[in-house]
Amino acid sequence: MTFNMNMTAIVMQRQLHSYFATPIAYVFILMFLVLSGVFSFYLGHFYEKGQADLSAFFNFHPWLYLFFMPAIAMGLWAPERQMGTIELLMTLPIGQTNAVIGKFLAAWVFAGLALVLTFPMWLTVAYLGDPDNGVIAAGYIGSWLMAGSFLAIGSCMSVCSKNQIVAFIFTVVVCFIFMVSGVPMVLDSFAWAPQSMIDFIAGLSFLTRFDAIARGVLDLRDITYFFAMMALWLYFTQVMLQRNKAK
Amino acid sequence: MIRVQNLTKRFDQFTAVNNLSFDVSPGEVLGFLGPNGAGKSTTMKMITGFIEPSDGMVSVCDINVSQNPQAVQAIMGYLPEGAPAYGEMTVMAFLEFIAKVRGLTGDDRQQRLAKVIEQVELEPVLDKPIDTLSKGFARRVGLAQAIIHDPKVLILDEPTDGLDPNQKHQVRELIKGLAKDKIVIISTHILEEVSAVCSRALIISEGKLLLDGKPDELERQSRHHNAICLQLADEHTDVQQQLGAIAHIESVECVAELEDRTFMLFPQDGQMLLPEVVRWLDDKQWAVENIHLEKGRLDDVFRQVTRAQTV
Repeated sequence: MTFNMNMTAIVMQRQLHSYFATPIAYVFILMFLVLSGVFSFYLGHFYEKGQADLSAFFNFHPWLYLFFMPAIAMGLWAPERQMGTIELLMTLPIGQTNAVIGKFLAAWVFAGLALVLTFPMWLTVAYLGDPDNGVIAAGYIGSWLMAGSFLAIGSCMSVCSKNQIVAFIFTVVVCFIFMVSGVPMVLDSFAWAPQSMIDFIAGLSFLTRFDAIARGVLDLRDITYFFAMMALWLYFTQVMLQRNKAK
Repeated sequence: MIRVQNLTKRFDQFTAVNNLSFDVSPGEVLGFLGPNGAGKSTTMKMITGFIEPSDGMVSVCDINVSQNPQAVQAIMGYLPEGAPAYGEMTVMAFLEFIAKVRGLTGDDRQQRLAKVIEQVELEPVLDKPIDTLSKGFARRVGLAQAIIHDPKVLILDEPTDGLDPNQKHQVRELIKGLAKDKIVIISTHILEEVSAVCSRALIISEGKLLLDGKPDELERQSRHHNAICLQLADEHTDVQQQLGAIAHIESVECVAELEDRTFMLFPQDGQMLLPEVVRWLDDKQWAVENIHLEKGRLDDVFRQVTRAQTV
């Protein structure tokens, strides 16, 4: 059960390799780039705002991720169970922890790659104005951390089902719950509850956390929140793996 | 040494493996025999640490599998049922992945890969994705994967399933070659395989151990053991009754597909009949086309034991 960097790296490499074995990965990244562009220009009014920042771009990331991240994560475990390769993977001397982390890292790196490829947005805003690059960098880091939290939830859902589509849907649902917990409409329905509880529910939301980051405020508490989400859901992934073993 | 003690696996109401105990020592090739669903694969999955037993324990080279699965898996090679592999990878990329996980590095890795590729003859398909391979090649990739690190313990679930007779022969030779000072467990429902490669066989049915012995010991329990198959050159009347009168003959059966001239003579308590029968035929002056002694048939024993279980 101990963490071994070498094993984790081997698992990650293999998983990345399988992502890029088919053209789906390229289509996926292309879709992500096009949609993130469409969202920022048409829905976010990137030009009309006349501000030299990327808030129009980052504000839509939680909604984009709601569908893109489950799609990346659904293939982490469900197909292994479907094809029976999980029996191979789990009887190699890899260790569950290393397998869980290695697979997750592959998905996270893949998401990071898609995110890095949105750099023309940065170039555009730098060409048009004089943006605060620190704020933009913070936005990218925050966005990537949020992607990791989505993927960790997806990893856990993927281990629960043999069917990728089921894994996808459950991931969307759980991620959605974690998003809307910060929306005023949801929080208003808790008006009867003490303020501390409302704060706690709002604090669980990706939206609340990401808002601050997108505005360029990299608070240590928000960073801790995203890392804690990843750790928690990866731990659940391992618990589910262990349960499958003892079932 | 593998030690299996009171191993039990229950899935909800169903007991797949029921209080199974046995030991295997280095140098032994143990064959798991049993009908489909007998618990062979489930037992292997517990030995390799893929699933947890409900009860009992398995230790391999004195390491408890439940407590330290990784240490056991490091000295073990395993071919799971159906030889699963990552279909999108090429054979070479897949074997390199396994070699890395097995901790093989540098020249050592290259040498082991070359050796294994030669042993199971994968040269022609190295650059092909595993998904595109025939069943025979896919199975051999699974075998290569299991033996790449020259493991002390080899667990093979139906290693020759889907292979043609030549490939079967080749894989059996390979297993026999590997078996020296190793522990090998194979599961099969091909009975000839047991006589061909195994030094010991376990017959399992409904999760219980029914018989444990060397293949020839098992054969001896067959009603065909020391039976005589006799093919006469000419037809005679009442042959069956006449043959039945010879001393120590329990019963005589006509082997239908070979007309009315071929008979199986079953002895009482496995006694040697041949001298008696030859003398008798000599007296009668009957011409014989073919006569041979049966060693015993494993499938007899298999059916006898496993049927008795279900009835």
